[in-house]
Amino acid sequence: MNDTILEMRSITKRFPGVVALSDVSLTVARGEIHAICGENGAGKSTLMKVLSGVHPAGTYEGEIIFEGKPTRFGSISDSEREGIVIIHQELALVPYLSIAENIFLGNEQHNKLGLIDWGHVNSLAYDLLNRVGLHENTTTPVSQIGVGKQQLVEIAKALSKNVKLLILDEPTAALNDNDSEHLLDLLRGLKNEGITCIIISHKLNEIMEIADSTTIIRDGQTIRTMPMDDPEVTQDLIIKLMVGRELEQRFPTRNVAIGEEVMRVEDWTVHHPTQSGRVVIDNASLTVHAGEVVGIAGLMGAGRTELAMSLFGRSYGRDISGQIYLHGQAVTLHDVDDAIAHRLAYATEDRKRYGLNLLADIKTNISAAGLKQLCSKIGWINSNEELQVADHYRGQLNIKTPSVLYNVGKLSGGNQQKVVLSKWLYTDPDVLILDEPTRGIDVGAKYEIYTHINEMAANGKAVIVISSELPEILGVCDRVYTLAEGRITGELPIGVATQEHLMALMTQEKSEQKELR
Amino acid sequence: MTSTTAPVTSAPGPSPIAAFGRYFMDNLRTNGILLAFAVVVLVFAIMEPTFLSKSNLTNLVLQYSYVLILAIGMLMVIVLGQIDLSVGSVIALTGAVAAVLVKLHGYPWWVGILAALFVGLLVGAWQGFWVAYVGIPGFIVSLGGLLIFRGLAQLVLNYISVGPFDQTYYNIANGFINGWLGGNGYDVFTLVVFAIAVVGYGFLQWKARLGQLRYQQEVAPLPIFIVKLAIVAVVAMLFAWQISHHRGLPFILIILAVLIMVYTMVTQKTAFGRHIYAIGGNLNAAELSGVKVKRVTFWTFVNMGFLAAVAGVVYSSRVNAAQPAAGNGFELDAIAACFIGGASTTGGIGRVGGAMIGGLIMAVISNGMQLMGVSQGVQPVVKGTILLLAVAFDLYNKRRAGGSR
Repeated sequence: MNDTILEMRSITKRFPGVVALSDVSLTVARGEIHAICGENGAGKSTLMKVLSGVHPAGTYEGEIIFEGKPTRFGSISDSEREGIVIIHQELALVPYLSIAENIFLGNEQHNKLGLIDWGHVNSLAYDLLNRVGLHENTTTPVSQIGVGKQQLVEIAKALSKNVKLLILDEPTAALNDNDSEHLLDLLRGLKNEGITCIIISHKLNEIMEIADSTTIIRDGQTIRTMPMDDPEVTQDLIIKLMVGRELEQRFPTRNVAIGEEVMRVEDWTVHHPTQSGRVVIDNASLTVHAGEVVGIAGLMGAGRTELAMSLFGRSYGRDISGQIYLHGQAVTLHDVDDAIAHRLAYATEDRKRYGLNLLADIKTNISAAGLKQLCSKIGWINSNEELQVADHYRGQLNIKTPSVLYNVGKLSGGNQQKVVLSKWLYTDPDVLILDEPTRGIDVGAKYEIYTHINEMAANGKAVIVISSELPEILGVCDRVYTLAEGRITGELPIGVATQEHLMALMTQEKSEQKELR
Repeated sequence: MTSTTAPVTSAPGPSPIAAFGRYFMDNLRTNGILLAFAVVVLVFAIMEPTFLSKSNLTNLVLQYSYVLILAIGMLMVIVLGQIDLSVGSVIALTGAVAAVLVKLHGYPWWVGILAALFVGLLVGAWQGFWVAYVGIPGFIVSLGGLLIFRGLAQLVLNYISVGPFDQTYYNIANGFINGWLGGNGYDVFTLVVFAIAVVGYGFLQWKARLGQLRYQQEVAPLPIFIVKLAIVAVVAMLFAWQISHHRGLPFILIILAVLIMVYTMVTQKTAFGRHIYAIGGNLNAAELSGVKVKRVTFWTFVNMGFLAAVAGVVYSSRVNAAQPAAGNGFELDAIAACFIGGASTTGGIGRVGGAMIGGLIMAVISNGMQLMGVSQGVQPVVKGTILLLAVAFDLYNKRRAGGSR
C-alpha cells in the first residue's frame, strides 16, 4: 500500500481576482479509496479539474506526478489516455443513445472496414455492465434508466477506458440509499481489482464507511490528510476541520409554537403529464399549521417533487383532482402566478434548472417572483428599491458575495440556495415548500439553511420540507409524512419517528399497503 | 471563499491610465462594441472623404432606419430565446396593404398606415399563437411566415409594384423638419433638439451614477465618466451640425429616437421586459417564478409584428412604392444587428442599445462600401465576416470572464 500512484505538489491555481488553490498537495496511494472533503467553494472541484486536464498545464503552478512520471495534461483526453477518468456530478451521457453507444462514445470499436462492429460493441458492453452489476439491456436508451443506473453506466464507460485512477465528484448526491449502497459496494469491488479511486462527497457517513484515507481542503488549502483506520478520526473531527470551527450540533434548536391550520390538502390525485392513465400522486391528504415544519420523506421516484409542484399552481401533471384549503377556504390555484398571489412558495430541488436564471445577477433573481411589489402604478420597476431589497436579503441570509450585482452563476451551491430562499421570502408566503433545501451544499451552509427554516417557522409561516435525508427530516421537522409510490404511507409526530421506522414506511409497496388496509 | 474574493470597490488606482485600462477590460463587452463602431467610422472617414459629408450622414439615417426599427423587435424576440425570420416578408405585406388602400382605393394616407399596423399586429398574433400556445419553435413558425406573407404580399399587389404615394406618406421616411426656428444656412431647430437630447442624456446618466453610488455599487471612475459623456456630446453635436447644414432634422429620426427610448424603457424598466429576460435565461425557473411564459411569448411576437409593420410603412415610404420583393433579406440584417450588438444566441442576454449600435455598424459598413464603389458581391462577404467575428469575440469574452456578463 506504500506504492504512490499520484502526487500533486504545491498546486496553485489563480482565477482573475481569486486564488482558488494555494499550495495544495495531495498524495494518493495505489489501490486505495481516497476521500476529499471540504465545504463548497473550498477548491475540491478545481483541484480535480487541474488533475484531469480541464485546466490545462500552464494555467496553474505546481507539479503532478502520476505513476512516477511528471505529467502535463493539456486536455481531458490527455489524462484519460494515462488512465485518469473523472465522473462529474452532472452526468455526461447522451439520453437518446443506448447504454452501449454511450459507453463507447468517442471510443468506437471498428471492424476492418472502418464501420462500427455492433455485435462486438454490445458484447463488450454486456461484460462491462456485468462488472458494475447493472442488469439492463445494452441497447436500452439511457433516458429510460434512473439516475443511479446512469451513474453505473458512467463507471462502465470509465472501465472501458482501462481506468487506473477513477475520480467521482459527489457520486451519491442524487442517489437514494439503496443505489448509494450499491455504488459503494461497487467501489470496494473496483478497489480489489486494483483501481484507485478519489471520491469527493459531502456524505460523511459514506466516507467513514468506504475511504482508506481522507484529505480535507478548506479555503483552497490542504488542511490535513488522515488515514481512516485511526480511531481518532470521527465525523465530528472531519466537520470541524472542514469548517474550521467546532460545530456543536448539526441542527439548530428552536421553540415550537404551532398555530392554526394554514393549508389542508384533501384527496390530491395527479396524473403523469404525458403518459395518460399513469397515476403519479394517489389520493394524498395533508395539513400544515402556522409555525410548523412538516417533513415529506420519500425515496427518489416516490412523487415528492411531483406532489409539491402540482400543489404549486399545477406546475406539474394533468387531470389533477382534489381540493386545497388555505386558512379554511377552498381555493383553486390555476397557475404559478395564482399560487404566489395566494401566498404559496416552492423552492425547487434543482436550483440550476428550475430555480435560477444563471445569466442574470443576484438582484434580478431575488426579485423575480415578487416583481409586482417593485412596480409603480404605471408599471415601472423601481430599481433602487430592488437593490435595497436584494441587499436586505444578502444581509439577512448571509449570502457571501461582494455585491448583489454579481452574476448568480458565480456563487457556490449554498449561496445560490440562499438566493432561491430570498426570492421566495420576498413574496412573503404563508406556506413555503422547500424541496431538498440542502442538496449539494456543505455542512456549514446546511446549518445556516436550517436556521433560516426555523426563523420562517418562528415568523408564523407554515413550512414543508421535502427531503430524502432522514437525519435532516428528523432534525428540522415537527411532524413527518412518508411518501411511497405516490401515496402517503404514514404520518408521525417527530417525537416517535425513527430512521428505521420512516424507511420502512418509505419503502412500503402498493401490495403491502393493500394488505394493511 | 470570502477570504479569496477580490475587493469590489475600485480603489483609487496608481495611475489614471491603469485605472482606465482596468475599467475598459472589466467592461470589455459594452466598450468593445463602441470601440468597434468608432473604428469602423474612422476607417471609412479616412478612406472615403465623402463618408462624413452632410448629405451622406443624412442619407445614412434615411437608408437604414427600417433595419434599426426591425432590430428593436428582433432583439426582444432573440432575448426570449426565439427568432423571427418572417419580418422581411411582413415589410412587403404591410407596405402592400397600405399602398393598395391609398393608391388603388383612394383612402387617405393615415388609413393606409393604420391598416398596415393592424395587419402587422395580426401577423404577430398569428405567429405568437403558434409559438406560444402550440409550442412550435419560432424558427419554424417564422420560416412558414416568411413564405406565407411573401406570397400574400404578391397576391395583394397582384405581382406589380404600386406607387408613387402622395406627399404626406412620402414624407414619413423622406421628410425633414427644417426652418422652424430659422437659421442662416443651417437649421437651428435641429441643433436645439440635439442639444436638449444631449443634456437630457447627460442628466439621466448623472442621476443613474448618483443612484449607483448611493447603493455602494461599482461605477466608472469620474474622469472616465466625464470623458465618455463628453465624447457622446461632441459626436452627437457634430452629427447634428452636419445634418442641420443639409436638409434639417429627418422626420424618421424622430420616430426612431422615440421607439428606441420607449423600448429601452420597456425592456429595462417593466415587468414585461424583465419576464422576457427571465424566460430567455431559464424558461423553467421563469415559469416557477410565476411568469406567464405563453402570454409573454405571444405578446413579444405581436410586438415584433407591429414593429415590422412600422418598418413596412417606413420602407414603402422611403422607396415611394410597395413592391412584391420589398424587404427581402432584411430579417437577416436585423438578426445580425442584434448579435453584433451583444445578444446571446441562446437568449437571455441583449440590449436595445446594443442592437442599435450593431445595426449602425452594419449600416456604416454597407454605406461606406457603396460610397467606395466596392462591388456588389464583396459587401455581403464583409458583412458576414463581421458577424462571425463579433460573435466569436463575444464567446471569447464570456470565457475570459468565466460566466459573468
